[in-house]
Parts: sequence; C-alpha cells; structure tokens
Amino acid sequence: MVLNVNGVKHEVSLEPDVELLSVLRNELELTGSKYGCGEGACGACTVLINGTPSRSCITTVGSVAGKEITTIEGLEKNGTLHPVQAAFLETDPFQCSYCAPGMIMSAVALLKNNPAPTEDAIIKSMDGNICRCGTYLNIIKAIKLASKP
Amino acid sequence: MEHSNHPHSFEPMNDELTGEPATKTGLDRRKFFKLFGGGLAVAFVLQDMFSFAGEAAAPGTALVPTSQVGAWIHIGEDGTVSVFTGKVEVGQNIRTSLSQIVAEELRVPISSIKMVMGDTDLVPFDAGTFGSRSTPQMGGQLRKAAATARQAMIDMAAKNWGAEGKTLQALDGMVINRETNKKITYSELTKGQQLLLPISDQARVTPANEWKVAGKTVKKINGQSFITGKHQYVSDMKLPGMLYGKILRAPSYNAKLVSVDIAKAQAIPGVVIVHDGDFVGIAAPSVRTAARALQAINAKWQETTQQPSNANIFEHLVKTASASGGRNAGAPKGDLEEGLKSADFTHSKTYNINYIAHVPLEPRAALAQWEDGKLTVWAGTQRPFGVQEDLADEFKIPKEKVRVIMPDTGSGYGGKHTAEAALEAARLALQAKKPVKVVWTREEEFTWAYFRPGGVIEVSSGVKKDGTISGWKFLNYNSGGSAINTQYKIANHEIAFLPSNTPLKQGSYRGLAATANVFARESHITDLARLIKMDQLEFRLKNSDDARLTAVLETAAKAFGWKSLGRATGHGYGIACGLDKGGYVATCAEVMVNSHKEVKVIRVTQAFECGAIVNPLHLENQIMGSIVQGLGGALFEAIDFADGKIRNSSLSAYRVPRFSDIPKIDIVMMDRKDLPSAGAGEAAIIGIAPAIRNAILDATGKGLTTLPLIPNGVLT
Repeated sequence: MVLNVNGVKHEVSLEPDVELLSVLRNELELTGSKYGCGEGACGACTVLINGTPSRSCITTVGSVAGKEITTIEGLEKNGTLHPVQAAFLETDPFQCSYCAPGMIMSAVALLKNNPAPTEDAIIKSMDGNICRCGTYLNIIKAIKLASKP
Repeated sequence: MEHSNHPHSFEPMNDELTGEPATKTGLDRRKFFKLFGGGLAVAFVLQDMFSFAGEAAAPGTALVPTSQVGAWIHIGEDGTVSVFTGKVEVGQNIRTSLSQIVAEELRVPISSIKMVMGDTDLVPFDAGTFGSRSTPQMGGQLRKAAATARQAMIDMAAKNWGAEGKTLQALDGMVINRETNKKITYSELTKGQQLLLPISDQARVTPANEWKVAGKTVKKINGQSFITGKHQYVSDMKLPGMLYGKILRAPSYNAKLVSVDIAKAQAIPGVVIVHDGDFVGIAAPSVRTAARALQAINAKWQETTQQPSNANIFEHLVKTASASGGRNAGAPKGDLEEGLKSADFTHSKTYNINYIAHVPLEPRAALAQWEDGKLTVWAGTQRPFGVQEDLADEFKIPKEKVRVIMPDTGSGYGGKHTAEAALEAARLALQAKKPVKVVWTREEEFTWAYFRPGGVIEVSSGVKKDGTISGWKFLNYNSGGSAINTQYKIANHEIAFLPSNTPLKQGSYRGLAATANVFARESHITDLARLIKMDQLEFRLKNSDDARLTAVLETAAKAFGWKSLGRATGHGYGIACGLDKGGYVATCAEVMVNSHKEVKVIRVTQAFECGAIVNPLHLENQIMGSIVQGLGGALFEAIDFADGKIRNSSLSAYRVPRFSDIPKIDIVMMDRKDLPSAGAGEAAIIGIAPAIRNAILDATGKGLTTLPLIPNGVLT
C-alpha cells in the first residue's frame, strides 16, 4: 500500500490493521508523533488525515492508504516554521514538551476551520489533548497568538 | 528491585551532594593532588596529561575533581562554554535557568552555553533531580564555579598584559581593559584547556539586584527542537540493528510464575527470549513481532488473593503502621494534654489520602547497548547515577563500565527515580547481543511503576476563643513526613509520621507528603477558625510568626479580593498556605456548588515566593503546572485497585486534568531579590487541595476529609 505522508509517497508492505502511529515512528522514522495512551485518549499522537485531526494510535494504516497524512514534521516549509509553531515558540508554554507535537497538530486543525476561535471554542476543540505538566492556560495563549485578530 | 516494604526508599535525601563526591568517578582526589600538586601553579592542564599520567582519558570532565572549576565548566577553543551537571531536564526548564545562571556569572552570551546534563561518563556525580534542589544547590554550585572562572580570566589577562586586575572587566566572553580598550577572549586565554582551579567560596557572585541575564525570561533554549518534533526522547531513539523489547507481566502483584512455555515464541524468526526466574522478556526486530511473541507465550501464574483494596485501604494502613516514627517525624513540644484541656473548643478529624499516579506523558523508556563489556543505557530517569548503580549491581560490573545518558525526557514529577526499563532493556540486549529498546505501555506505567503513597492523618486540636491554638496532635500514617511540622505558633504539640505496610509500590511524587500534610493541616485550621467564628485568613495571620508566610497570605488575599467577597448563592471561598523546600505559597479558591450538588472550581489565586526569581515565565509555568496537577489530586485522581490489580490503568479510566477542567488562575509571583533562589517545582502544589476543600466548606457547611474530594464531580 502507499502512504502519503507530508507530501512524500511511501510504498509499504504491512498488514492493514497496523496502527498508523507505530508505522510513522518505527518504519518511517517520523518520531515527532508520540505514544501516550494507545487508546486515543491523550492526543499526543495527533496527525492530520486529509486535514482532519486524527489519533494515529487508533488509526489503522489500511484506513488511510492513499490519503494525505500530515505529521508535525510536515508543518515546516522550506525551513520556515508554520505560523502555529511560530506562535508556540514565541509563547513558550511547554515544560517537558512531550505533548507539544499533538497539541500543535490539533491547534493547526482548529485554526484552519476557525481562524479566530473564542476561548470556549479553543477549550472544546483541544480537550482531547492532555498536557500533564498542566500549562494549559499558556497553551491557550499560544493558540490565541496564532489566531487571526 | 523490590521497594514495597521500604515505602520511602526513594524519597529525596536532604544531604544530596553536600560532601565531596569527586571520588565517585574518575580520578580520586588524593591521586589528583599527587599528580598536580595542592597549590596549583597553573590553572590549566591539557587533557592529554591524564593519559600521560596513566589514567584513562574520558571525553568529558568527569575525571576532574568536583572541587575544581573544570569539573563543571569548560571553555572551548571556539568559545563554546560547556556546563556539566548531573541534574536532568524533565520539563522544569533547568537547561535554560542553569544556562542563565552561568551566563550571568561568567559574563558570556547565553547562546555560547551548551549544557551537558545527566550523562554519567561526562558529568560529576549527582544523586538525582528531585527535592527542588536544582536551583538552590546546583545553581549555587555553578554560580560559584562560574564566578571563580570569571575571576581567573581577569587574573590571566592581567598577567598577560601586565595590567592591574581592577582596570579589567569581564564582558561578553572577553576581558576588556577599560583604560587601553584592549580585548582578549576567554578562548584565547584558555585555548580549550581544562580549568584546573579550585572553586572559591570567596569568588564574588553577582547579587540578584545586579542580574542582567538571570532574573529575566529567557525562552526554552532548545525550544524549537520540541515544537518541530525533532527532539529525540528516549522512546524515539533508534540504533542500527536495534530490537524492540517486551516483558511478560504478572496478572497481579505478588503473583508467582508457576510454569511457562516459550517454545512457540522462540520459534518466531528473529525473536530472542530471556527467561530467568519470574522474568520473561522478549526482543524482536519489530514491535509487532515482539507483541506476537509475547502472545505466543503460555504462562501459568499463582496469584495472591485477598490483597487490600480501595475499600479497606485506610484501615489497612492504620492497622499495619509501625510503632515508631519514620523519617521527618516531628518532635513533641510543650504539654499536649494540658494544651487540649485549656481549649475553649476541641476538634478531631481523620483525613484520608488516596494513592495517585504520576502519569508522565512519556512512559518509562530505555535503550541499552553492550559494546566490549561496556553497557550504555539511554533512559528517561531523574536519577542517572542511581540507574547506573542499579545496572552495575545487576550485572556485577564496575560502575565505570556502565554509562547512563538521560536525554531531556517526557516529564517525571518524582515518578521516574527507578531503573525498571533500563534493567529490562540491558538484560535483553546482553542476550540478544544487539541494542534493545524497551518502551512501557501506558498500562505498564500505571501498574509497574510506583505511586504517591496513600495515607491516613489523624488530627486532634484545641483552640481558644481569642484564636490561640492551645494543642495540636497530628499523626500521619504512611503518606510521609514532608512538611509535617506545623507552620503556626503552637505551644503544645505532638506530631508523628508512622510508615505502614503498603500494598502498592510507592515513592516520590512532586511535593512528596507535603500535599497530604498541608491538606490535613489547612483543612483543620479552617475548621478551627469556624469554631471560634473567626475569618479563616485572619486566623492564619494571627497564628503565623513567619514573615514570609504572612506575606504570601496577604498577597494572595489582596489579589483575590478576600476582604470584599460577596455572598452569591452556592459560592464559597477558601484559603490555605504552607511552605516546603524553601518555597512559600498561599492559595485562594472560589467554588460554586449548584442545586444538584455539582462542584465547579471558578477561580484560583495563588501567591508564590521562592526567593530571587531566575526565569519569570518558566517559574509561572512551574506554578501553573503545580496548581493544575494539584487540582487533579484534589478533585478526582485516585488509583482504583483490588487483589493486586490496578483497575483504572488507562487514561480513559484514570482522569487527569484537561483544558475544560481548568479554572481561572491568577498567579502572583513575589520576587525576593534579597533571598537566595529556591526550587519551585514542588511547593506550589500544596495549597490547591485545602483551598478548594475550604471553599466547599464555606459554600455548603460540609467539611470534606478525603483526597480526592469529589471523584464524581458531585458532593455525596
């Protein structure tokens, strides 16, 4: 099957029921997406599938073959950070940062659909992403900074 | 390793790194001075001289005694300042704050600093990153080393130029002669050599009110590598030929392996199996193959039934308590009986504290590699040298044959002191003769790591109508002795901590038992204030004789608007305060309890003071993170267990705080430039639980006594 990740097509021979996260991390060496729970409960593994945020730890590769998969590694274009990444870099909200890739992918998806979300919309949209270090309010600040005024 | 009978075996030690740890690695002190003399004529020596002297030359500075600047700081020929520390980065952002401290003292740009952290081959021995010690202790050590080095640069330049030291100034990695405007860079002076000069207590360190780099917000210095996903956590690492490890787990605690058939698993191509006693581990070329092999193993276990559960845990802890106190058991004072007799009101309550889990978002992970009898393990741990020792013991090899490296890891909160994954990976790698990585699943992390202890705290007290606390008896079963001593003026008290026989493996957790002790104490204090109809803030102020505690109380109360609170239906207000590990905290909370008895935390105001602030933004993140993590333990986090099994070992079953749980939070950071900087990762967690509890009491008249307070969100 062919996996289209960050604009690059990868021919892989895998059972279709393998989790996408495991393939990204162990086969394609794209380790930006993290394992946190294995059940779609923490958001650390969030990637975009045709633009929709998805938990790659409970997504099978068979279900995404041929679709456009974007991971944290695919956000940077020609050495320039994605505006959402730039806002997070500027706000510096993270401690251990293990949740950062998933947070940023979820935020990218949110802002694409809703470029100027209210605080309530941010909370509702980001509630599936856990930051165990607990700096949620500064993460919200970063998302607001990345929002259209 | 078996810790269950030693409940506090990995509580942070207070005497961490106070001695002379140089002998722990490399060249010992005596030999060193034999080689180079006690009164050093030169400040530098080429690394080659170590090998010339018959000692193995290490690439780093671990051979240099820790009394020397060179053990901690090295100025490279290209001007890079390498800083060596056994402290590790778990998100508290000490990579940044310690860089600021060295940049400040050495007068170099922060961009020239490269922190080398937690690599046992390269850095001086360190007991571990815990107990809020990185800022006060390591910060102080590096500050002195850098100040000594700065002075040495000035002295050397003076000698070079035949100038007087007082006309020279260190700035931007250079020494400048203010009279002649001549400049020389540090790297021109040192030419990349080791800085062999004793760290001087006399070196003038820069007072906080003169700080230019420290004391200001500097962003996470390797921040970009995290937000691009490039940073390699241990669980991300891969070596050529690496295998993936999986361990056969017992179905419950204390289960014994009766029989195991590994034939089917062994027949899978590429699979390596280690079977040694109750340990059965697998290494395989892919995660999937390892999982398949694990499933193919047929194991029979004999389980131990009738183990304690949530239903009877608190009775169990009291029943199995040891007769005498453990560490930090407070000493009695005055005459308790008389004190209680003289009270206008007496009050007795028992507080129960549930076991909770750290839930670091990156579970335990380790990657082990054996090369020519030397073991290298990359591990997510707060104690690289502790893990090194455990590995050396396990494989009966000298510590010098074990190198533990700790890349910045996916958090710890006191939960990553132990070596489990490192031992597992190293055992598998030894047999496989290939590097092996072991990454725990979330379920393994919940089940086979360790917990914050559960506990029972019995408090009996007496209070006089004028607000004097006349007697105080405080007995803590099992949760620990941190912050057990009362922060108030009390003439008569008995305070004790008694360890119990814990059914769950327990250990350090952010703040240790301070959270439990402060919860019980501050809940009780508000109860006493209500008994004598005194405002809970006023009662605390009356009984505090610690100016710093009074200051945080007054600051928090003012920011919260304590004196002008309204009385809206269902709303209640609570306050709590405490001190731990050099940090002072006061927390105010507002809750709303609706007609369905659902509790909502509306807002929290917290004042925090830990001496001179090194990095305001990162301090704010520490305080915010403490409040939020504390909120979980206060409201709903609890381990559910029975018969040796954890029944909520997943993130869908064990609830941790999310975006929607977060109240409005106001943080007031008090910068005391006249006081030494203390650590900030722990004390900030202790106020939130009692503040919320006291607010619920204020709203409803119901004084809760168990943590978590409202596991289902509703008062029962």
